[in-house]
Amino acid sequence: MLEYILEMINITKEFPGVTALSNVNFKVKKGEIHALVGENGAGKSTLMSVLSGIYPYGSYTGSILFKGKECRFRHIRDSEEAGIAIIHQELALSPYMSIAENIFLGNERAKNGVIDWDETNREAIRLMKQVGLKDKHTTRIKDLGVGKQQLVEIAKALAKNCELLILDEPTAALNDDDSNHLLDLLKRLNQEHGLTCIMISHKLHEVISIAHSITVLRDGKTIETLDNTEPVSENRIIRGMVGRELTDRFPKHEPKIGGIGFEIKNWTVHDPLDEERVVIHNVNMYFRKGEIVGLAGLMGAGRTELAMSIFGRAYGKRISGTLIKDGKEITLNNIGQAIANGIAYVTEDRKGAGLVHIMDIKKNITLANLKAITRGSVINEDEEIVVGKTYRERFSIKSSGVFQKAGNLSGGNQQKVVLSKWIFASPDVLILDEPTRGIDVGAKYEIYKIILELADAGKCIIMISSELPEILGLTDRLYIMNEGRVVGEMETSQATQVDIMSTIIKSSGGR
Amino acid sequence: MNNIKDIVNRNIRQYGMLFALVVIVIFFGVVTGGRLIWPRNVSMLVRQNAYVLILAIGMMFCILTGGNVDLSVGSLVALVSAMSGLTSYNLGLPTGLAILISVLTGLLAGIWQGFWIAYVKVPPFITTLAGMLIFRGINNIILDGKTLPLTGLYITIGTGSVPDIAPQTVPDFLHIGDLLKLQNKPEYLNMTMLLVGLTLSTLYVLFIILNRKSKKKRGYEVAPLWSVVTKAVSFFIVINLFSYWLAMDEGLPIMLILLVALYAIYTFIATKTIPGRHIYAMGGNLKAAELSGINTRRIMFLVYANMGLLAGVAGVVTAGRSMAASPNVGANFELDAIGACFIGGASAYGGIGTIWGAVVGAFIMGVMNNGMSMIGLDVFLQSVAKGLVVLLAVAFDMYSKSKSRLG
Ligand SMILES: Nc1ncnc2c1ncn2[C@@H]1O[C@H](COP(=O)(O)OP(=O)(O)OP(=O)(O)O)[C@@H](O)[C@H]1O
Ligand SMILES: [Mg+2]
Repeated sequence: MLEYILEMINITKEFPGVTALSNVNFKVKKGEIHALVGENGAGKSTLMSVLSGIYPYGSYTGSILFKGKECRFRHIRDSEEAGIAIIHQELALSPYMSIAENIFLGNERAKNGVIDWDETNREAIRLMKQVGLKDKHTTRIKDLGVGKQQLVEIAKALAKNCELLILDEPTAALNDDDSNHLLDLLKRLNQEHGLTCIMISHKLHEVISIAHSITVLRDGKTIETLDNTEPVSENRIIRGMVGRELTDRFPKHEPKIGGIGFEIKNWTVHDPLDEERVVIHNVNMYFRKGEIVGLAGLMGAGRTELAMSIFGRAYGKRISGTLIKDGKEITLNNIGQAIANGIAYVTEDRKGAGLVHIMDIKKNITLANLKAITRGSVINEDEEIVVGKTYRERFSIKSSGVFQKAGNLSGGNQQKVVLSKWIFASPDVLILDEPTRGIDVGAKYEIYKIILELADAGKCIIMISSELPEILGLTDRLYIMNEGRVVGEMETSQATQVDIMSTIIKSSGGR
Repeated sequence: MNNIKDIVNRNIRQYGMLFALVVIVIFFGVVTGGRLIWPRNVSMLVRQNAYVLILAIGMMFCILTGGNVDLSVGSLVALVSAMSGLTSYNLGLPTGLAILISVLTGLLAGIWQGFWIAYVKVPPFITTLAGMLIFRGINNIILDGKTLPLTGLYITIGTGSVPDIAPQTVPDFLHIGDLLKLQNKPEYLNMTMLLVGLTLSTLYVLFIILNRKSKKKRGYEVAPLWSVVTKAVSFFIVINLFSYWLAMDEGLPIMLILLVALYAIYTFIATKTIPGRHIYAMGGNLKAAELSGINTRRIMFLVYANMGLLAGVAGVVTAGRSMAASPNVGANFELDAIGACFIGGASAYGGIGTIWGAVVGAFIMGVMNNGMSMIGLDVFLQSVAKGLVVLLAVAFDMYSKSKSRLG
């Protein structure tokens, strides 16, 4: 029997101005779950794109052996035929089609070119059962949460009879429950069906709990492959990723908290599609200058909706309540007014709403505050370059320069561009929605440092995060939200994960 | 960033287009036995195609907002032409006033469409389809099927050129018209044209150099000296050659002044102003633009209002050139303008495209029109050829894009 199902040998891939991969070697044993980790821009996604034929044979150098045979994929179809399926970080499902249709999209069950619906439905139901998806097979994708959409993606991959499944940050957008479900499923598919998996992830505890081996990439090079049959420590992996010991996950910090800078009073918001439904119920909050306030809660607790409704009514209908900034009531009827009043909101939907992908880095950074680089009515493009460079350095945005298109950056570096944009807008109140999603440990630390710096500069920071350790590690005070209500408020120094979770559970049970 | 490869890479589409234009000019220059590039024909080319260029500039903004088009501009040109007839011929207003009213009519029509598109959210395709029917209808109602003659300023704009301020002052030996065996040419080189060309190009070169100096002084990064010098020198040579060329015949067409001014103004808006940047951003990602505080409705409104304004200008120009207000004018103008934008590198999804591209695209269209008529190609074949060129230009775009993605 072959020991390695996949061997990628001396892979080198260059883009104009960047060498994304240089002489990478990557070997995966048959029947294992192999984790691929590394900092943002290390080349993980690129390596998988090479493997799956998205970058065709000839656009890279080196060789790929799959099941002992040399492969020259020119297209994703070729790799799928060979038995390799890839699930991208950004899901690729068709929202208005049913689950069953999506599972067989591009791989339709058909007789003589006519779709065989009986076969399609039967198979879909079987696959859905296999991945533990309990909805009806006719449900449309847009009515499913992200967690379930992931499961559809896996079913879709299984429908192609794949032997090697690649998952690019599958749990980045999932809450803990959904993540655990997904990881259990992978374990089960691996044990019962012998499915080999490659999983890219920044969540190291998940990696440790599920992987048999872990390969670390740094700056487009293979650093090491760790055997994880005996679990290694997170710090061990991090050392490989960043090339040094990272002793603290959160920067040390003495908060300098001042007076109240921003207040939300009796804030109520209705669903824009169903105006009868109340999404945010009479929320009251205050934020002090220099203070970092966390909003904890499960997915769907209404945190994003709250934030966006404050941000110039970017979400919601029939909004009532008052906003008070520096003691004065303010009205924010549109996003322009919100920005002008010093409010900034960093979206959680980086790809869909955070960046203009076809614009370069510097133009993305200045977009929300063009006035700052405009004299008379002329944009000073030289100043723009200077601004771009400043932020590129400050956040160490890995790119060929400020002229690189934002769409060509790695996921984590895109996030840094979005953050730069809002920091350049120099707000007084900064709302961060999942600011470190999909960001590596080293960069997280950098981003935390910047958040703390901003707090020390006297800004009110509001931080939404689904990662409780992050909320506990970084914030000074926190609100707990559930089902559109504030159900608790704590000083972070006195809070624990258990406190927060039990507050949430109690509040759901009571109703 | 200062290396040549990077600069070329960033502008590959622009150079490609210019290259295509040069190839087409040479091709038709050869097959027409040089007639295409005769000075007389060059000024005619400019006048004949002014409307495409003016409309393409406005259309480029529509496309940039997200692949939207304005189907009504052909009919709007007709409406404006009818207004010209109504005001200057029927009502007998002075032509200057008539022109002002006609252009404002275009603007008003643009505001009308902008309102429906931006504030009622009727998709542009449908709004302008309706506009296409409405404006054409109004043209026919006003003119009642008749053609009305136009006079005065209309003719000046449509066919005039700037008078020679100092005729017969350029020494004879500088004139190569006889060498080229040009027919019907004036005896003397046109001094005005030469002076204007020389002044403009000198000013531009001075501007480039001073600008670089002041940037350097303020500590900004500047392009390397050789590239600036090359750019300035080639610009200087091209402009003066061109003005010399025109000087051999009638000199400086008034229309050319209008075109250059429009080009300069709109390039400035697109590249240097906040609204310009906002248009590109919303075409690139509407949601991200909105979350960055961009008032996308207002942008939509302004873009379509501006399209109306430019259609007004194009209408006056067209009426002036044909010296009449007529019922059938403007047919398919919208398609010429849209085609020019796509030939010029606009993305069908928005966010990508330049005014320069629209101009070069318009000239490619124009040279083809003119060249094909000269060699007496059947009009239907001309249409086939134009269609193919649009298709190939966009196909080339797609190809080069997939190439660059693969690095
Ligand atoms: N199409 C492209 N053009 C130019 N550079 C690119 C392109 N795609 C990727 N890169 C560059 O290649 C490098 C590796 O990117 P890649 O997406 O593989 O990183 P990653 O390890 O997946 O990071 P992340 O964890 O942030 O997703 C980055 O520096 C990125 O900027
Ligand atoms: Mg990635």
